[in-house]
Amino acid sequence: MKSKLGFVKEYTKGLWENNPVFKQVLGMCPTLAVTVSAINGIAMALATTFVLVFSSIIISSVRKLIPSQVRIASYILIIATFVTIVDLVMKAQFPDLSKSLGPYIPLIVVNCLILGRQEAFSSKNGVLRSALDALGMGTGFLIALFMLGGIREILGSRTLLGFQIMPDFYEPWLVMILPAGAFLTLGLMMAYFNSIAINMKKKETDKIIEQYKKSKAAKTIEAGA
Amino acid sequence: MNTITANPSYKLELAASPHVHSRWSTKQAMWLVLAAILPMVISAVVFFGLYQLLIIIVSVGFCVGTEAAVKAVRKRKISIGDGSAVITGLLLALILPPNFSLSSTAIGAIVSIGIGKEIFGGLGYNIFNPALVGRAFLQAAFPVPMTTWSQPNYAVDSISSATPLSAIKFDKVSTELSNLFLGNVGGSLGETSAIAVLLGGIFLIVIGVVNWRVPVSMTLGVIIFGGIFWLLDPAIYPNPLFHIFAGGFLVGALFMATDWVTSPLYGKGMWIFGAGIALVLVLIRLFGGLPEGVMYSILFMNAFVPLINRYTKPRIFGKEK
Repeated sequence: MKSKLGFVKEYTKGLWENNPVFKQVLGMCPTLAVTVSAINGIAMALATTFVLVFSSIIISSVRKLIPSQVRIASYILIIATFVTIVDLVMKAQFPDLSKSLGPYIPLIVVNCLILGRQEAFSSKNGVLRSALDALGMGTGFLIALFMLGGIREILGSRTLLGFQIMPDFYEPWLVMILPAGAFLTLGLMMAYFNSIAINMKKKETDKIIEQYKKSKAAKTIEAGA
Repeated sequence: MNTITANPSYKLELAASPHVHSRWSTKQAMWLVLAAILPMVISAVVFFGLYQLLIIIVSVGFCVGTEAAVKAVRKRKISIGDGSAVITGLLLALILPPNFSLSSTAIGAIVSIGIGKEIFGGLGYNIFNPALVGRAFLQAAFPVPMTTWSQPNYAVDSISSATPLSAIKFDKVSTELSNLFLGNVGGSLGETSAIAVLLGGIFLIVIGVVNWRVPVSMTLGVIIFGGIFWLLDPAIYPNPLFHIFAGGFLVGALFMATDWVTSPLYGKGMWIFGAGIALVLVLIRLFGGLPEGVMYSILFMNAFVPLINRYTKPRIFGKEK
């Protein structure tokens, strides 16, 4: 199945209408677990994007060589290679960040977002499209994790990216840096974005109905005349 | 709706089912509950001072405000007149510790109504008791202020002290039952005075606003489960009467667990529900990390209510062979 979208659209669809976190609800484990602070969210999303883009490029370029019976194992092998690269680089260059993300960096291997995109997209599309799709999904993931981590960091520890932005008299909500806070924040954000999407859709349909009514009215007037 | 059934001169039911009507409309019942809560409000002010009235006003104000705001945003009919938000606000305030900060109270009230009730679709659709949701959120968000208890005015002068439950759990000190009954102990605003809680609760049961089965099954359950442990070793485990009069048990049994929306519909289910709460409560109090477990045990059993309703649905015609 060839995708019929333009190249730009292939990238931008991951930002909003197919956002991996808010619309596809993929990769929930890192989304909920590491977003205690905005910096953790950014690091996690960048690591995931790196793995996603490069495994998409490799897999889409060898997609015709992989027998379909062993495709999952092959995908995992390719993904695991890049995860190992990320893991080692982070340990060497950013030891603090690597420590705070803990086991979630190696766990990118089993992130359903990555395997999901390979299965749904890279195995059926060309290299350029797959790379754009992966980059878009990664950016969407980054936006979602940054927002989630930012909100939790502001409410749970008064800071954003390490800078204090809430006044001293504000008492931090401990619940926000606990798992319960992750579920609450994500749930409320999803509800909010869904309501925006529903409103947008409603406006669109209203517009179409309006146009239809106008054209019909015009036609009847014409016919009457 | 067909209003023929409201006219007593008609002997024959002509409307569609349900034909069994409650004695009170939702609105009337809500105001009766408000009246029943009044003794607890008075005992809170008497034992802990006038500042508690501020907590109650802030809590009620933010509950009603949140409900109005959510309804306005969702473009639904404003339903403050039914009094349910006022009750949630009152109950939330009454299960907070004395001298709790007002801004945190406001957060709890917003969470109670916003996340506990309106997000599910408003009154009648919520799964969990809204006031308890608010308290659970506050407990997780501000654990230290939520467990700082002040002594009532008429006790030996000390600024903060343990509640009877934490005293027996962590220091193995028991409290006089007479003090528990009057309310002259540390604890949440409304829960300390057993007599004030019982006054309102029994009033509600007698006029038929709440069903007697849930409180009775909870009490029996606590006597049985708590009694078993007490008989095993009276030196370690408190006696069942202590379980009933200490902490938030009475408020929970009479005002929280009996919430119409979040408790089972049928008689048999109510017994299961009450016994389940009692079991979880005794386990938390005796073996859990926290001294008090009424809130979590009720929230826990709230989650099972749809399941209980499903399995205890009465058969309409005849009996099973």
